Amino acid sequence: MNKQDKQIPPLTVSGMTVAYQRKAVVEEVSFTLPEGNLIALIGPNGAGKSTLLKAVLGLVPSIAGQVSIYGDAYKKMRSRVGYVPQRESVDWDFPTDALDVVMMGRYGHLGWIKRPGRREKELALATLDKVGMADFARRQISQLSGGQQQRVFLARALAQEADLYFMDEPFAGVDAATEKAIIALLSELKRAGKTVLVVHHDLSTVEEYFDHVLLLNKKLIAAGPVETTFTPDLLHETYGGKLAIVSSDGRETLVRS
Amino acid sequence: MLDWLISLWSDPNTRWILMGCTLLGLGSGVIGSFTFLRRESLLGDTLAHAALPGVCIAFILHEVKSAGLFLVGALLAGIAAVLCVSAISRWTKIKPDAAMGIVLTFFFGVGTVMLTHIQHSGSGSQSGLDKYLFGQAAAMVTRDVYTLMGVSLLLVLAALLLFKEFKLISFDPGFARGIGLPVGLLEHAMLILTTVAVAAGIQAVGVVLVAALLITPAAAARYWTDRLSVMLTFAGLFGALSGASGAAISTLGEGIPTGPVTVLAATLLFAVSLLLAPRRGLVARALRHRGLKADYAARSAVHASGSPEAAEGGGRR
Amino acid sequence: MMDFWIILTAVLVASACSILGCFLILRRMALVGDAISHAVLPGIAIAFLMSGTRDSMWMLLGATAFGLLTVFLIQTLQTFGLQSDASIGIVFTALFAVGVLLISLNAQHIDLDLDCVLFGEIAYVPWDTWTLGGIQMGPRAVFMLGITLMVILLLLGLFYKQFKICAFDPAMAAACGIPVLLFHYLLMGMVSMTAVSSFESVGAILVVGMLIIPAATAYLLTHRLGIMIGLSVAVGIVSAISGYLVSYLLDASIAGCIVSVAGILFILALIFSPSSGLLVKFTRRSSSARTAS
Repeated sequence: MNKQDKQIPPLTVSGMTVAYQRKAVVEEVSFTLPEGNLIALIGPNGAGKSTLLKAVLGLVPSIAGQVSIYGDAYKKMRSRVGYVPQRESVDWDFPTDALDVVMMGRYGHLGWIKRPGRREKELALATLDKVGMADFARRQISQLSGGQQQRVFLARALAQEADLYFMDEPFAGVDAATEKAIIALLSELKRAGKTVLVVHHDLSTVEEYFDHVLLLNKKLIAAGPVETTFTPDLLHETYGGKLAIVSSDGRETLVRS
Repeated sequence: MLDWLISLWSDPNTRWILMGCTLLGLGSGVIGSFTFLRRESLLGDTLAHAALPGVCIAFILHEVKSAGLFLVGALLAGIAAVLCVSAISRWTKIKPDAAMGIVLTFFFGVGTVMLTHIQHSGSGSQSGLDKYLFGQAAAMVTRDVYTLMGVSLLLVLAALLLFKEFKLISFDPGFARGIGLPVGLLEHAMLILTTVAVAAGIQAVGVVLVAALLITPAAAARYWTDRLSVMLTFAGLFGALSGASGAAISTLGEGIPTGPVTVLAATLLFAVSLLLAPRRGLVARALRHRGLKADYAARSAVHASGSPEAAEGGGRR
Repeated sequence: MMDFWIILTAVLVASACSILGCFLILRRMALVGDAISHAVLPGIAIAFLMSGTRDSMWMLLGATAFGLLTVFLIQTLQTFGLQSDASIGIVFTALFAVGVLLISLNAQHIDLDLDCVLFGEIAYVPWDTWTLGGIQMGPRAVFMLGITLMVILLLLGLFYKQFKICAFDPAMAAACGIPVLLFHYLLMGMVSMTAVSSFESVGAILVVGMLIIPAATAYLLTHRLGIMIGLSVAVGIVSAISGYLVSYLLDASIAGCIVSVAGILFILALIFSPSSGLLVKFTRRSSSARTAS
């Protein structure tokens, strides 16, 4: 983390458009992420949240738009980016254990030929410990619960030692213990000055967990601090009629229908 | 050219074979449409390879080569293979594609052992067996052609009678069950029809290529329409056309095998459909996509000139 | 000596196939392996026609190119929106048809029996020798398979971690900057090479059996990739040797017997595997049902 970074935002996206066949799934999205914040990317199902993330990482082709990470092309800045894909995106029957998966986080740094060695193993064990999974290091991954699998994925991202993290629905289908572990981890990342963009589903926890929000429904509806952007009006605009706002005991609660 | 066509028709044997292959193409094209929509296209391949031990056992038991008996053997072996595939993918962590590969090659391996055992033990009339594997329509006798035609008509008839039910279980089995259709029974019926199509097709085009009779015409037909009834018609037509050209062209020379020509004719029809079909064809889609892309490029250029930070960002595709 | 060469050929086929098969089944590409092994036929036929001989290097290169073409065509059709099962089916049947047609039309120029295409002729391997500078070097198939196996060991040895992560999580691999497509084509290239060099020995269909069955057997027996590869090779070699013995007893196709033995080993693993066998599964289920009631 050098001084120059303070001026250059970790991620700037401009005019990002992704289309499958003739349908645009992400349309002209432009935003800049503020350094050292936890940012939630929210929107209804099919709003293109995951697609936007993948387009930024170059995993799906975009038909227009630019991405700049710490002021440079993603290809050059790869080592500063960590990625946590959706849990369902991999086959958990793969013959490998938790420690091995976490060590995969180091592959990007190892170069072409070098194999992971003792240093990688120690780092992987340390990150597993951080997510409370040290006891499961040698467990076959299919024998872990959904939440534990998610924590292994987070540990792998930590092992990447990045400055900017992308997480695709880390809270989807996890148990309470894992949710707590993820929150603890996110705040630790924040303390360390990292920037984290999280695709998030649960509107009721946005205010508690995040500093910033991006509201997406094919187009970017709004982006900004939670206090000013996570408002009923803007949410209505994002979710359309699919959202009901219930107020109970003097406090507004958002319910997605 | 005309002389050739006339000669095809005037020779009674060739005429029967031509009609048999045409009808076979028609029947498999129609049934194949359903397997295509159920994303089970490669089922035909599994069934074809798995048929070998069944055919061999039928031969060992009766010591004669007859299309009807082979059909029964192939049918039983095919059903056994499908049961094995679903058992493996249900009870183990092995994925359906690998399960298919395992069952297909294991059955074929066992079949190979039986076949070579029969050949080496030298029962006189076994020569027909390897023809059966590669498919040589010209080698069929009239009785085989009758069987072939009967089977093909059965397939088309069944597809017409059960059109509405098959449509529903291909599209939404859950809903079909909900409205009280006997989904399991219908799925079995469809499986048996597919196996029959495969067993009949092996004779004309061979073990390896028979899968194409089910897949290729159906995939080609899909490009022309979004309506199932129209798709079935197109698939049947494409299949019939491929079968007819296969049978016709293979009469041109001694060494021209029916199966490969039939399959290549079907592939050609597929390629034309893929490229040129209106709306879903590649050319039509490319034109649309380019329009969209130019549209956004123009808009994002306007956008970029308005915001300086975007201009210095790394250019990406 | 004849027996020795035949068994050596079978063991080489088994080793090359069972290593690659692990990656194929983990990447859910078992049927792509099937497609490749059929689609190399036109490549083999064309190499025959062009060079006029069974010159192995030509054949290896030409036919491997066809294997890669198959993979490319399948992927292209998929990006055009065709479902994967249909793309595989259309591409491999079309290419195999071209191959059969080429061979049938040029039967007098191509010394390749169509029966051999399906079943292979491993029994003739010892007679088809390769001579270099007038010196008998041993069977040609053994050399082709040896080279193929060496390429596989070298590439997997150097890039094990890349092949592994590309199989487990290609999205993550791509995000890390690993050229996923390159490794995909490297793997497919190795599968094609193996299919070509095994083709004459065991035939198009039984190559697939050797690719998939030992790997699937090993998959049922272990939770570690490294061990899985080792077990897969062991299963392959055991099938090769005992298959040869069985074929002697039954007087039947050697390749067919090898695959049948592999299939039987698979069934044994399916039932008796200590970690995921059906026996363990059902006894565990019934005992848990008993404790519940």
